[in-house]
Amino acid sequence: MLSMKSLKKTAVGLAATAMFSGSALAAEDTIKVGILHSLSGTMAISETTLKDTMLMLIEEQNKKGGLLGKKLEAVVVDPASNWPLFAEKARELIEKKKVSAVFGCWTSVSRKSVLPVFEELNSLLFYPVQYEGEESSKNVFYTGAAPNQQAIPAVDYLMNEIGVERWVLEGTDYVYPRTTNKILEAYLKAKGVDEKDILINYTPFGFADWQSEVAKIKKFGSAGKKTAVVSTVNGDANVPFYKELGNQGISAEDIPVVAFSVGEEELSGIDTKPLVGHLAAWNYFMSVDSETNDSFIEAWHAYIKDKKRVTNDPMEAHYIGFNMWVEAVKKAGTTDPAAVQDAIIGVAVPNLTGGLSAMMPNHHITKPVLIGEIQKDGQFEVVWETSGLVVGDAWSDYLPGSKDLISDWRVPLSCGNYNVKTGKCSGQNF
Amino acid sequence: MHFQLKILIFLFSMLVTHGAVAEAESKSFEQIKNLITSKSFAEKTQAVSLLAAHPERRTTEILNALLEGELYYRKTDKLLLITKKQNREYIVSDAITGQDLGVVKKREIKKITTNNSIRKKIRAALAVKQLDSEDAVTRYQAVNQILGDPDAEMVTHLQQRLEIENDKKVRQAIELALAITELESADKKDRLAAIAGVSGSIEPAVRGKLATIVADDPDEAVRKAAKKALNNISVQIQLYSFLETLFFGLSLGSVLVLAAIGLAITFGVMGVINMAHGELIMLGAYTTYVIQQALPELIGLSVLLAIPAAFIVSGLVGILIEKTVIRHLYGRPLETLLATFGISLILQQTVRSIFSPLNRSVVTPEWMSGSLEINSVLSLTYNRLYIIIFCLLVFVVLNIILKKTSLGLQVRAVTQNRSMARAMGVRSARVDALTFGLGSGIAGVAGVALSQLTNVGPNLGQSYIVDSFMVVVFGGVGNLAGTLVSGLSLGVVNQFLEPWAGAVLAKILILIFIILFIQKRPRGLFPQKGRSAEG
Amino acid sequence: MFLMRILKGDRGGQVLMALLLAAMIVVPVLNLLVPESSALHLSTYSVTLLGKYLTYALLAVAVDLVWGYLGILSLGHGAFFALGGYAMGMYLMRQIGDRGVYGNPELPDFMVFLNYSELPWFWQGFDMFWFAAIMILLVPGLLAFVFGWFAFRSRVTGVYLSIITQAMTYALMLAFFRNEMGFGGNNGLTDFKDLLGFDLQADATRIALFMISALALAMGYLACRAIVKSKLGRVAVAIRDAEDRTRFIGYRVEYVKLAIFTFSAALAGVAGALYVPQVGIINPGEFSPLNSIEVVIWVAVGGRGTLYGAVVGAILVNYAKTYFTGAFPEIWLFALGALFVLTTLYLPKGFVGMLKRRSVTS
Repeated sequence: MLSMKSLKKTAVGLAATAMFSGSALAAEDTIKVGILHSLSGTMAISETTLKDTMLMLIEEQNKKGGLLGKKLEAVVVDPASNWPLFAEKARELIEKKKVSAVFGCWTSVSRKSVLPVFEELNSLLFYPVQYEGEESSKNVFYTGAAPNQQAIPAVDYLMNEIGVERWVLEGTDYVYPRTTNKILEAYLKAKGVDEKDILINYTPFGFADWQSEVAKIKKFGSAGKKTAVVSTVNGDANVPFYKELGNQGISAEDIPVVAFSVGEEELSGIDTKPLVGHLAAWNYFMSVDSETNDSFIEAWHAYIKDKKRVTNDPMEAHYIGFNMWVEAVKKAGTTDPAAVQDAIIGVAVPNLTGGLSAMMPNHHITKPVLIGEIQKDGQFEVVWETSGLVVGDAWSDYLPGSKDLISDWRVPLSCGNYNVKTGKCSGQNF
Repeated sequence: MHFQLKILIFLFSMLVTHGAVAEAESKSFEQIKNLITSKSFAEKTQAVSLLAAHPERRTTEILNALLEGELYYRKTDKLLLITKKQNREYIVSDAITGQDLGVVKKREIKKITTNNSIRKKIRAALAVKQLDSEDAVTRYQAVNQILGDPDAEMVTHLQQRLEIENDKKVRQAIELALAITELESADKKDRLAAIAGVSGSIEPAVRGKLATIVADDPDEAVRKAAKKALNNISVQIQLYSFLETLFFGLSLGSVLVLAAIGLAITFGVMGVINMAHGELIMLGAYTTYVIQQALPELIGLSVLLAIPAAFIVSGLVGILIEKTVIRHLYGRPLETLLATFGISLILQQTVRSIFSPLNRSVVTPEWMSGSLEINSVLSLTYNRLYIIIFCLLVFVVLNIILKKTSLGLQVRAVTQNRSMARAMGVRSARVDALTFGLGSGIAGVAGVALSQLTNVGPNLGQSYIVDSFMVVVFGGVGNLAGTLVSGLSLGVVNQFLEPWAGAVLAKILILIFIILFIQKRPRGLFPQKGRSAEG
Repeated sequence: MFLMRILKGDRGGQVLMALLLAAMIVVPVLNLLVPESSALHLSTYSVTLLGKYLTYALLAVAVDLVWGYLGILSLGHGAFFALGGYAMGMYLMRQIGDRGVYGNPELPDFMVFLNYSELPWFWQGFDMFWFAAIMILLVPGLLAFVFGWFAFRSRVTGVYLSIITQAMTYALMLAFFRNEMGFGGNNGLTDFKDLLGFDLQADATRIALFMISALALAMGYLACRAIVKSKLGRVAVAIRDAEDRTRFIGYRVEYVKLAIFTFSAALAGVAGALYVPQVGIINPGEFSPLNSIEVVIWVAVGGRGTLYGAVVGAILVNYAKTYFTGAFPEIWLFALGALFVLTTLYLPKGFVGMLKRRSVTS
């Protein structure tokens, strides 16, 4: 039913855009916003929602009268979960469609793929997903969490509140888990955890047969010390992972699993009864009790016409990022990327947990960190949160390669990776 | 904090035993109320300890409610409430007196939240209460629940229980639990005796404690004894872990077989390189989802109903594909690859448009969740167990269809020599359609099984298509038994390689193995014989 | 003269050569000389896009050579393409030098990231272009040679061969996904700066890459055409149509297969090497079995066994993809899927076949 409706809606939308592009004059009067999220392929599962979120935010902004007296116009393309295609589509958006800013990407590799394009054409990308850090580009604004805004507080919680002494760092074999685990390993060792008490393990993308892995975790966890799993397992592999945990009888009370990539949306595809009590660390949960959150959820349900749809952390990141961009454009009085880049630093907008998030000079934002336990209804219940906001750290202090690097895009430094020891700024593409 | 807690419990039990019951009771409930409605989890934990030690019978119910997330309090006066949610209404009763208080609005009350450590504590507390249960099985479970780290109070309780316990199994469990605690005794002799007492048990708790002794115990003799005990245990465990890996392998293998066996028919028997096979599996999985949505009350039954339904849905789609597209491509097998690849894209996008790109949640029925515990080290998960059985069942049924029915006879005739079969009066067009439908239907049935293991989403099919082709080719195209043997053996080999090489490397090794194997036997494990074998 | 002889009787090839030549002249003019305001201006976006299509076309020609003329349906040509791409990517990585984010002159960023202490042995030499250029041909060629040596001698044919080529690319994909392999794992190689000292982001470099791609396609096409026309090519067609008979006549079937398969793989490697600097990234996704299947589909859509049909198919399908993903982001897969089904059903000889039939009837 709904799909027919949405099909019709797309058809109407297509007709509308066709008409629009027909008259060049009408197109001139709008500010174009690019949306670069996969609508097909493996990542469609996560990214389609973000496309809808952006469309909703743009529609709401237009209801409020648009921006600088003009209407906003969304330009949607489908990079189809294909990394080189991301770069191509980014170029299409900036060069051909002349968008003022792009909101998009999910995986690190897609961001890495488009990065040179944004730097070359000097445009703006708002990246809404938690990531491994170790990057700060002049043209990218990282509205998701850096490792110090997610992983480290989560480990602190397990260590101090739950008394975990033995750690399994389980991840999908790609750069985000690799880096996060590197940082965590260094952090745990710094806290006096013995090497023998850390088990690091990687599985491939879309891994479906978790029997041996879970048995291994079970064995590791039966050594007499309180054990926890820190999971950076990605997307699709999570469902079979949690199912196997449930079936092999590993309850959250014995070996809790804290995940950094499992949110409300992922849970909506799982039967959560066996998972009650497992944890996730995010900067936002749908269950957060705040007025901005309530109205956001209400707007989302109205827009998507489905009361059952959930909200999640990357959606909040887009919410923050979009509003920051709007504020920065207002402040600069133009959508010119160079002007917006300067204007946006220091801009603070409400986040959905009831506070204000600010854009820092390193192009990361301030966020609270929340730890939630999975409930029967697929929601999270916050069991712990940081007392204040945490500033996103582009370069981890726990990695030997990056501990001397800082990022500050304000004049006079204007550098994303300034080495405080050598006083050099390297790797800039302009 | 732990230490303080123990003192608290101790003081409290002193209070109780010294008879100032009535007065302490009302006072302590007041205290419990204040602690349990606090925001701090530490204070809630204290409240649980107090509740657990409280003699009042209703504490069990209160703890149960807290465990289930049904314990609320009234915002005005912090009155503890047990709440049942019914259609957005909250029916409440006074937790302490049990008095019914009717329906309230959500805003008037607040849930008392718990976390893992509190729930664990509650479970242990409830287990202690169950130690005196009438039912021996309940008692046994209760002992196992607190096995590992019982606190001082529980130990006393266990000792008391042991004196009056008459069930042999429960006695053994209690003795083991006590021996485990004795492992931490300050006296060397006690520790040695305890090691002797626990040796032979493969409980993880025992291994954990023994391992700490081997590492940290100050006494040489104790360390040696512990080491010996540990070695004995590890021999047993190795045997069980071998059996476990074998089970894992068979279950992975049967998933592979299920995914591939439909392809063995469409690809193996008919020569259609069906790239849409994965999507037919996906359709089966979605059918399961739809049936569960239609019958939300009958989850257990819905999975069973889904099997024929998925067979019909995927089978019909298969017949449709055959009649509209593949029919025109016989004799051009490689072009079926092209067309069915197109079909797979269309099917994926159709599902994405109808059900959204998000994964759908398929509930695992009660009878398929959990595991069959052989002992504390070896347990076979029910869903995998059923899938192994199901896989064999599908294989047998399929064989019967092909070997014993007239359709099967015709299918085999057409496969072996199409023109001769036609000359004998076989309507080959109809047979083709039915065969393709059969293969597709089996793919749908595989989808029902996969919906219990993995994501139900538009990409479900893609993740199995390559593996399915490998299995069919390795087994020998056109040979169902070959598919069964190849799927199971690939699964087992994979699982035995995995702990040693890691998941990715294991898979790479398997692929290299298949490539090399095909060099040795270019027609797979069981090559097809006869006229159709060439080409 | 030589050119004439090769293209004699090859109408499609003649048209293709003319078009490529025209493109090599027109595209640079439209991009560099025509001012941006003009309607005739060709944006850099379009130039890179066209360049990318040309490398795909070259890959398709390589596939058509083995499929259309030798009868080997390779579902693993994407692997050769990707290996060529990685060889080029490794050269480009080394060219970054100390301009990476960590400023390490010796190690690429991802190695610093993963705590490598020194450059792995298989990265040695890639700082020199000539070495990388050899590797671009050698690595895919060698893999194809070894693979073919085993497969063709043991007479693995038909579907079995197709599936093991698929297994090969699948295994390579899994291997390259592993971060331990030292090829950047899932992220692959990216953030390239310059090629032989030329800035990759400069318009002139892009044009040059486009022209080189066009040239490579032309050369590749001519080479394939020459092979097809030679005695070797005729034997190949005989093998395609009746392998056993050819063997009984006395030809060493496996050597013919091996030679052409290896050449085709090297050609795919060149295509990959030209692809990488134009799209700016190479990652294990290129090894995915579905990619290789897609290449086969380009060939089928264009028209198998014609060589120029492969070029037409590659450009057509990829243009359709570019257009659909932009114009109908929500439903483009329907269109693409329908295109595949309909061409198979109604255009068994591909688009080229349709054109041919037209010209015959008129």
